Amino acid sequence: MELIRLKDIYKTYHLGEVDVPVLRGITLDIGRGELISLMGASGSGKSTLMNLLGCLDRPTSGEYWLDGQEISRLSSDGRAMLRNQKIGFVFQSFNLLPRTSALENVMMPLTYTARNLSEVDGRKRAVALLELVGLGDRMDHEPSQLSGGQQQRVAIARSLVNRPPLLFADEPTGNLDSKTSEEVLKMFQRLNEVEGITIILVTHDANVARHSNRIIRIKDGIVENDHAQIVPSEDIDATPVMAH
Amino acid sequence: MHSIYRTLRTALHALRRNVMRSILTCLGIIIGVAAVITMMEIGQGSSAAIQGTISKMGANMLMVQPGESRTSGISLGSGTRITLTPGDCDAIREDCSAVKDAAPNVYARVQLVYGNKNWQPNQIYGTTPGYLEIGNWQISQGDNFTDQDVQSANLVCLVGQTLANDLFDGDSPVGKELRVRNVNMKVIGVLAPKGANMMGWDQDDVLMLPWTTAKFRLSGSSLGNVNQSAAAAASSLTQVNTLNNLYPSSSLAVLPAASPLKANQPQIVRFPSIDRIYVSARSAEEIPTAIRQITSVLRDRHRLTPKEESDFEVRDMTEFTKALTSTSTLMTNLLLCVALISLVVGGVGIMNIMLVSVTERTREIGLRMAVGARGRDILRQFLIEAILLCLFGGFAGIVFGRGSSILVNAFLHWPVSISIPAIIAAVFVSASTGILFGFYPAWKASRLDPIEALRYE
Repeated sequence: MELIRLKDIYKTYHLGEVDVPVLRGITLDIGRGELISLMGASGSGKSTLMNLLGCLDRPTSGEYWLDGQEISRLSSDGRAMLRNQKIGFVFQSFNLLPRTSALENVMMPLTYTARNLSEVDGRKRAVALLELVGLGDRMDHEPSQLSGGQQQRVAIARSLVNRPPLLFADEPTGNLDSKTSEEVLKMFQRLNEVEGITIILVTHDANVARHSNRIIRIKDGIVENDHAQIVPSEDIDATPVMAH
Repeated sequence: MHSIYRTLRTALHALRRNVMRSILTCLGIIIGVAAVITMMEIGQGSSAAIQGTISKMGANMLMVQPGESRTSGISLGSGTRITLTPGDCDAIREDCSAVKDAAPNVYARVQLVYGNKNWQPNQIYGTTPGYLEIGNWQISQGDNFTDQDVQSANLVCLVGQTLANDLFDGDSPVGKELRVRNVNMKVIGVLAPKGANMMGWDQDDVLMLPWTTAKFRLSGSSLGNVNQSAAAAASSLTQVNTLNNLYPSSSLAVLPAASPLKANQPQIVRFPSIDRIYVSARSAEEIPTAIRQITSVLRDRHRLTPKEESDFEVRDMTEFTKALTSTSTLMTNLLLCVALISLVVGGVGIMNIMLVSVTERTREIGLRMAVGARGRDILRQFLIEAILLCLFGGFAGIVFGRGSSILVNAFLHWPVSISIPAIIAAVFVSASTGILFGFYPAWKASRLDPIEALRYE
């Protein structure tokens, strides 16, 4: 069973009298353990698709099966719970809480977890995740005391604290220099390979897409191109930049 | 429980992230609550002071008068019947829990002579030593008479300031002897001046003496029809009778029963009657209780069946009491207005800052929603932040309010008294301000669309 199955998804925005169709019939399967790049030019419907996939929004019509559950008609509270349990988000601008330690930031989503994790267990989990992303020694630092790459790693740890099977990264390297970008992308790769987490990178950067094993291109609200690719070897420098 | 703890911690954390702003936001509530507390304490202090002054004027005083008597259906006015006895007075003092003290009163209207001057005092009170306290009299020179003086009807008296000035020309009257009718009476004390009362009477134009003396040595005439010598004769007899003062101890027939004229007079009773009883209630609030108790005690003692009307009347100083209650009601209402205004001002401040905070933290709200916060989680978080702000403000306000009323007391010497209801109200009011004015911003935050919120710049 696929993790995600989209069937004939439409999304239309109503701007006054005018209907603006943004997604026009998207059908898509995403299996567990995939590392996918969702690409598309600005205005292609890429962000809308990501919002739908991330359960932040509802399609106008169509079916969305996530983890064996049809969720396109779920209430906002239901979607909130789903996001909490099944989906992790990493944003371009990190979105860490200011003046709050890295550890507290990582623990934040636990506040909204229905089955309560005890304070101690939550802390343990957060510490383990921060160690996983290599920030074991920066746990008490506030975002302003961390570099961009470190902040993004805190954000990744935060997205994983509820152990979601699915991770969305919306332009995760957009605010990072190329070196830290590579580090962050490698981290995604490792999480994908070692932890088996399904990761969807939303990007328009071919360099980012290079790290994924499947690229989905969106254009004018439909899937233009969907193909698998061999993940480049760990030695990134040796691999040529992929040409279209 | 756990989630409340977490929300509380999150809210505290959010407030700590911007300490200065949190304090400034609280300031409205702090000032408001502090003002209310200080005002209440000063108000209560001065209210107590006013109450003290009014009760000094005799607001706690009650008067028990005999009822009216009727001759052939014609009322002779209240106080014309003779029904009160010293025993009634003792019973009121001892059996009524709301009564602090009671003193009998016997009136007389006689001329006083000293040297070549004479004077007819406005009031001559025959009473017990306790009357001074009931009527709030002070002694400026000399001493009060004693229970022993009452017991043996000694010829001693206290004079008011007007009397002292008019008869003695500024000399100290203490130790001098006044001639009253045919007896010489020693002045043993001078009353401190009180001035005119509310009716414009000169209260200092007064002579006070033991009631037994007034009754049996001077005012045989209060019976109106007994001549001087008869009164003098009676005095020696009734002096003994003072100890035997149970209500209908009328067995002692002094007047010859043979006199048909006298026997027809209904007011001639052969026991030491008194004209009035002055009673002080324990407090102004207990006056109605005291009236009830006195009525029941006296009805019982006078053996009145439930159908019979009381043969006495109990009066209170309603005017004083009204003045007192209206003063404190006005004060309370004024303070309530102040409290309301400061509450609204503080609340608007809270709402303003919370709205700013919601706007400023739009992205945070978006993020929280993205990681699984429901609308009501966000609502609860912002509401708790607002309530916490208000409660902090409330507590700080209580501290500041207490502090400033202590300062006011220390430096301005205004009377203040701690007001527990004001403190409880302050806490309650500040919490409800938080809920009331925090709700709109919190609701607004909870209605945000996570996608829009995340994109907000």
